[in-house]
Amino acid sequence: MNDKSSPLALRIRGLAKSFDRPAVDGLDLCVPAGEFYTLLGPNGAGKTTTMRMVAGLLPPDRGSISIFGVDALADPIGAKRIMAWVSDEPMLYDQLTPMEYLGFVAGLWGVDTKLAEARASELLSWLGLSPHADERCGGFSKGMRQKLALAGALVHDPKFIILDEPFTGLDAGSSRIVKDVLRERVREGCSVIMTTHILEVAERMADRIGVMSNGRLIADGRLDELRLRAGSGDASLEDTFLALVAQDRIAA
Amino acid sequence: MSAPGSFGWFASHEARLAWRDWAWLMTRGKRRRGGAAGFGFLGFFLFAHGFAYLVLSHSMRLGGENDTHERVIITAMLALAFSAMLSQAMESVTRAFYARGDLELILTSPATTSRLFAVRIAAIAATNLSMFLLFAAPFINVQAWLGGMRWLCAYPVVMALSALAVAVAILIAGALFSVIGAKRTRSISQVIAALIGAAFAIGLQFAAIVSFGTMTVPRFAVLDKLALDPDDPVLWPARAVIGEPSALAFLIGLGAAALAAAIGFFAPRFGQLALAAGSVPHGVRKKSRREARFRGATPAQALRRKEWSLLIRDPWLMSQTLMQLLYLLPAAFLLWRSFFSDGGVATFLSPILIMAAGQLGGGLAWLAVSGEDAPELIATAPVPSNNVLRAKTEAVLSGVAIVFVPLVLLLAAIAPFAAMVSLVGVTVAAGSATAIQYWFRAQAKRSHFRRRQTSSRVATFAEALSSNGWAGVGAMAASGTWLSVIPGVIVVAMLAGVWWISPSRSSVPG
Repeated sequence: MNDKSSPLALRIRGLAKSFDRPAVDGLDLCVPAGEFYTLLGPNGAGKTTTMRMVAGLLPPDRGSISIFGVDALADPIGAKRIMAWVSDEPMLYDQLTPMEYLGFVAGLWGVDTKLAEARASELLSWLGLSPHADERCGGFSKGMRQKLALAGALVHDPKFIILDEPFTGLDAGSSRIVKDVLRERVREGCSVIMTTHILEVAERMADRIGVMSNGRLIADGRLDELRLRAGSGDASLEDTFLALVAQDRIAA
Repeated sequence: MSAPGSFGWFASHEARLAWRDWAWLMTRGKRRRGGAAGFGFLGFFLFAHGFAYLVLSHSMRLGGENDTHERVIITAMLALAFSAMLSQAMESVTRAFYARGDLELILTSPATTSRLFAVRIAAIAATNLSMFLLFAAPFINVQAWLGGMRWLCAYPVVMALSALAVAVAILIAGALFSVIGAKRTRSISQVIAALIGAAFAIGLQFAAIVSFGTMTVPRFAVLDKLALDPDDPVLWPARAVIGEPSALAFLIGLGAAALAAAIGFFAPRFGQLALAAGSVPHGVRKKSRREARFRGATPAQALRRKEWSLLIRDPWLMSQTLMQLLYLLPAAFLLWRSFFSDGGVATFLSPILIMAAGQLGGGLAWLAVSGEDAPELIATAPVPSNNVLRAKTEAVLSGVAIVFVPLVLLLAAIAPFAAMVSLVGVTVAAGSATAIQYWFRAQAKRSHFRRRQTSSRVATFAEALSSNGWAGVGAMAASGTWLSVIPGVIVVAMLAGVWWISPSRSSVPG
């Protein structure tokens, strides 16, 4: 059942997934529309598992996921139509050129050819890939591949973007470009949820930050709210994050 | 215990790595599977010896006497074996040059790296030999049992041929590096490897067609036309196999000298060559000849176009796929020769076409289904999985159609009924192979195309049984007998059984 009146970009209720042990354990999480939300957590906290379930890559054991009111489990195609997924390992086709890759992605999302072509050219230019538009992706560096994967995520103009560690292995220049592009999309009304271990990126970019530990959300809010909760005064996000995780471990 | 950095130390290091790789391949890291793998080997050992007994005691009796015909047959079999070993050695040598693995660790260490590379070259020869002996040893053992212990001389002969094959393979790879550079050597050497592997077998068939007008005569019969003298040096390998000391010593000496020379010359240079290979990006940045035109499409068109583009643009993958069709060349040649004469060949061309279509369909389907380099992109696209499946199947079947429709049309001109049977058979065989690939899909990189058989042995056997089964049905149907329904039902039952045990039956469609 879809709830079209929801102002939330993402609403997760009671989400659970177990492998050998619970990876995500009754997670509740909301991302308001138009926000940049960053999900933090130590290794094994369940961030990537959560992202993959939201993206439709992993079926949850139980719980619900709704994206802009579309039930992602009951209507996965409807949910996929409005979202995009970018992982830390960009999956491209080595034998396609960036332009061909973007044409392929646009085809999958059924974007009008002329509109998609204009968007593709704009994105490649924005991401500094125009000089390589006719080269095959096989020889691209990690940064170029990640930027092209991001262009693929944006070429169908999604309302909701899911990013799993998008800055891993990027150099400073590429990282800056990706950040600028993401900020611009959020300014235009797009909603973003991102996992990262680079706390400086989270501190600078996120409207709100969630902290996961042991498959649950242990804290959620703006940075000052998290500091208050951690009792860390005006400490950095790194100190705040470590304090929150430590509190959770002691409580557990 | 050998001193660190010595030959023995490197050899034990390589042996440990090889053993663990092999154990992992057999058990996937699960101890419980070790027993099953052991029983599997025992079963294979017994079956292979039983099969060898049937062949050697009934179809091919070898007496080991001074018989030119017999020596021709043994020499031809050794030539076939050598072409297969050389092909395998070229693959291994190329892989060793381009594998980055521990290269940087080794080359930045103070150890004498030429020793390690000498060990690695020897290891390639040993691996090559053991792969070949897996299939050849039962025949050698059974022949020794039936014909006398002197046939065990086949073992040192095969060892010598393996050493010679590795030496030649290294020589060819080294020459390619010098002539065409590290960038192109990988693709070209793999194409050469495949050509070498197929060349001798195909050459014999061409010769049989030219000499006898048919492919159905015994494969080596054409060599009898050479009218060789029993003492001709060409037949020395056969004399070595039956234990003639001079021929045996010559072959062993030749193999050992060739391998020693290859190790002596290339081991000190191996590091430099591997570094040159390693400095080439995995995918060479290749500029399109003309500006790429942005081509929009429906999801199905986009998927089909993507599959075709990726296949056409990857020369190695293209060669590996089309290599399966090399074996069709003799059939096509025979078809062309028979074009204005008679339709008698049609009965046996139908099964060849059907079998080849099954093999090609299986390869293409693996690329489209399991060899998807961006599975998450496809999975997160708003395209129902059934539509993805349909588009990929269309891409596979249209690839098969491009190859086989012209041949079927040619066949239709001389034997319309056989052509109709072939058309149906080609479609069904390719469709069955595609279905098997869907049932057993396992995510892998496209570059692992050659290793797809190891990902699911059930799928590999099922694909082979299906292709051969449909070929049998086609052969009977083309000859006009309704009894072809019986093997058809058996193949369908086999496919149903394969589906029943496949992992996809229990998975939820996405």
